[in-house]
Amino acid sequence: MASHGIRDRVAIVGMGCTPFREHWDRSLDDLLIEAHGLALASAGMTKDDIDAYWYGTSQSSASGISLATPLRLDNRPVTRVENYCATGSEALRQACYAVASGAYDVAVAIGAEKVKDGGYQGLNAFPIPTDGTNRTLTAAAMFSLILPAYAERYGIDEDDLRHVVARIAEKNHYNGARNELAQFRQETSAEVICDMAAVAGRLSVFDCAGVADGAAAAIVVSAEQAADLCDDPLYVKALSLVAGNGSGLVDPSFDFTTLPECAASAADAYAQAGITDPRAELAMAEVHDCFTPTELVLMEDLGFCDRGTAWREVLDGTFALDGDLPVNPDGGLKSFGHPVGASGLRMHYEAWLQLRGRAPEERRIGTLADRSRALVHNLGGYPGEMVSFVGIVGTEKD
Amino acid sequence: MNGTRGILAYGAHVPYRRLARSAIAEVMGAGGGRGHRAVASFDEDTTTMGVEAARQALAGGTPTPRALWFSTVAPAYLDKTNATVVHAALRLDASVPALDFGGAPRSAVGALRTALASGDRTLVVASDLRVGLPTGPEDGGGGDAATAVLVGSDEDGPLLAEYLGGATATAEFTDRWRTPGEAHSRTWEARFGEQAYLPLAHRAWTDALEATNLTAADVTVAAVAGLHSRATKKAAAALGVAVAEDRTDTVGNAGAAHPTLLLADVLDGATPGDVVALVVLADGCEVLFFRATDALAAGRPTRSVANQVEDRADVSYALYLAWRGLLEVQPPNRPEPNRPSSSAAARRSDWKHGFVGSTDRSTGITHLPPSRVGISSGEVDDMEPAPMADAEGTVATFTVDRLAYSPSPPVVFAVVDFDGGGRMPVELTDVDPSEVEIGTRVEMVFRRLFTADGLHNYFWKGRPLRG
Repeated sequence: MASHGIRDRVAIVGMGCTPFREHWDRSLDDLLIEAHGLALASAGMTKDDIDAYWYGTSQSSASGISLATPLRLDNRPVTRVENYCATGSEALRQACYAVASGAYDVAVAIGAEKVKDGGYQGLNAFPIPTDGTNRTLTAAAMFSLILPAYAERYGIDEDDLRHVVARIAEKNHYNGARNELAQFRQETSAEVICDMAAVAGRLSVFDCAGVADGAAAAIVVSAEQAADLCDDPLYVKALSLVAGNGSGLVDPSFDFTTLPECAASAADAYAQAGITDPRAELAMAEVHDCFTPTELVLMEDLGFCDRGTAWREVLDGTFALDGDLPVNPDGGLKSFGHPVGASGLRMHYEAWLQLRGRAPEERRIGTLADRSRALVHNLGGYPGEMVSFVGIVGTEKD
Repeated sequence: MNGTRGILAYGAHVPYRRLARSAIAEVMGAGGGRGHRAVASFDEDTTTMGVEAARQALAGGTPTPRALWFSTVAPAYLDKTNATVVHAALRLDASVPALDFGGAPRSAVGALRTALASGDRTLVVASDLRVGLPTGPEDGGGGDAATAVLVGSDEDGPLLAEYLGGATATAEFTDRWRTPGEAHSRTWEARFGEQAYLPLAHRAWTDALEATNLTAADVTVAAVAGLHSRATKKAAAALGVAVAEDRTDTVGNAGAAHPTLLLADVLDGATPGDVVALVVLADGCEVLFFRATDALAAGRPTRSVANQVEDRADVSYALYLAWRGLLEVQPPNRPEPNRPSSSAAARRSDWKHGFVGSTDRSTGITHLPPSRVGISSGEVDDMEPAPMADAEGTVATFTVDRLAYSPSPPVVFAVVDFDGGGRMPVELTDVDPSEVEIGTRVEMVFRRLFTADGLHNYFWKGRPLRG
């Protein structure tokens, strides 16, 4: 088994991201056209320059036709990509491989989701016919399983731990309040969050990612071309994906205090990028904070701190904007909401802004003096059975 | 037919939930009375209750039934046989016929009599869910329960009670009726039924004594059941023998299941040699005599009727009405689940109905649901069936989901590690969210998860082990 990666062989030379909102007045096509246009403009390209597309959407539309039609593409290959909530990152991963293979010069990864036309709150999976024995729990409830398990394993009082995860939401809302693309732009305190009614386990609505419509896109070229096209391209250092085999829901040794697929994809990504001490080497991380306990255990699974210590690091402010390793400086899923197909690309968009010094001053990270790489983590599924993407991008070619 | 016929095993299911009858008057200003009625949970129907009663009866390693007869007045399905669901949950062989007996409570006692008169080893299941209009007599007076009696001969194994014979009296008169589709029955004025029933009860009783060469003095106790409560009480008083507790105050009248529920209750406490009469007033009268044997003490089900009567938790009247569909409440703002796929369910019937996983031969790891490839061996099709319905387990972690769709939110959900191997995240039922913690012990029960497009989605849930 080998995972060679394509370190520094391709680069992102343009990106675009729509505001994430309840876009009652805008269609999926409108969002795709906007993200596509923003990405082209940022790269100084027209659609004639694009050779191929990878289009990520979880359940807003199907097939490449649903992108080719609104953009009126001219005999271009379009692949529709779906991999649960990691769909956006998966589209980018495929576009990068296509360029690295030499099959195409310029590829676009674009992701979008129109969630708010469904008529229900929350994300709802497309119904697939089954024998009726599958779980019907919400994702919030599945991720809430982490809290009692983590408290039990590390001997932490459950009320204290509940406060810790509320601090994660507080931090992400602080960052999101400084981001005009974010859906929720109000700071919220951990105390207010703790006082809210529980909806799943100990989690309140504010421990959950919101629901929004949105789209984002990236333009990928070879590293050689990138130098000609762009002053400050973002080189792709690592792309890793692990599809879990569901063993966590079968194997009694899985204790719900870790997301093994995330740890495995992080280890692979670090190997591809040549990173040995992520806490010291990364300038920032965008991680999949679908629910506050997710971000808590991710800090350990991604190797940012030792097992059983993330809760203390959260209280110490390690992952705040001015902390040792800023996590979710754009506000994360907490502030943006989660248009499934777009989220992974939205995370890359923040790395695109921050590493190149283009993020607005009020949320600019302070780690860029001696660090130039960002980690993007994007997962889909639930504890025990998930897909996990970890990518690493950087402004310097190794 | 060879050998002495009788009862090889029996079991009962009284649901965990109760309605205090006083709660009815508190809400409605009328109705109710004293005591409690047994209430099927929102995820129980006559089929699932029948499965639980049958599991009680068959738990002790009794011989496998050669026929399964299921009687109810409140069938979950028409056109489709309900007994086949029970058959699948019990994992009976395809050669075992599974038949429904429907229509009236009389069918249930008739099925028992017919099984006793036949040559087959037959599991006779009776189940009923009694619904009345709010404040009406069955609203508080009805009860939900199921029973299962394995009938056979002493050649099949030790009889717990021998069948001594009996008699029947049949008459046509319209005291109680319901047209198909109606949820509750209607009755004529009580005195009409009373005068119709009493001579029939007298006749059947006299004929039964004569047929069995017994006298009233030989009868230790009579279990007397009937939906006409006045006639039933008077008929019982006229027998001239001791009358068993009728469970009116603790269960309510469980219609088709009530006669065998009282019989089970009596057998729970009977001593060898006791002669037990079962007297049932239902469109006539049925009388059956049994004699308890020495095998009874060793062959009783683990959970007596009395134990199940004690093991209970109250529901509010409003929640009871909502569970029975008499009060429509706002569901969570989530899409309702899709109907289960009949073809997918048929392919996995052993899993869905029988809760059979698979155990990897090389690693010994039990997989729930069954898997063709093991999580650590990688071999394909190196698995043995792992029947897990009777396994107990421990909660590894849990949550309460107030957002998920459920016919009765919230959903209480736990990851359960089974004794002897196997893990599965399961929904918990018959549970108060506040009583669950890591380490809570759990058993599995057969329930109806939801109904979509008129298709009932049956599967297993966990529930806290109590007592």
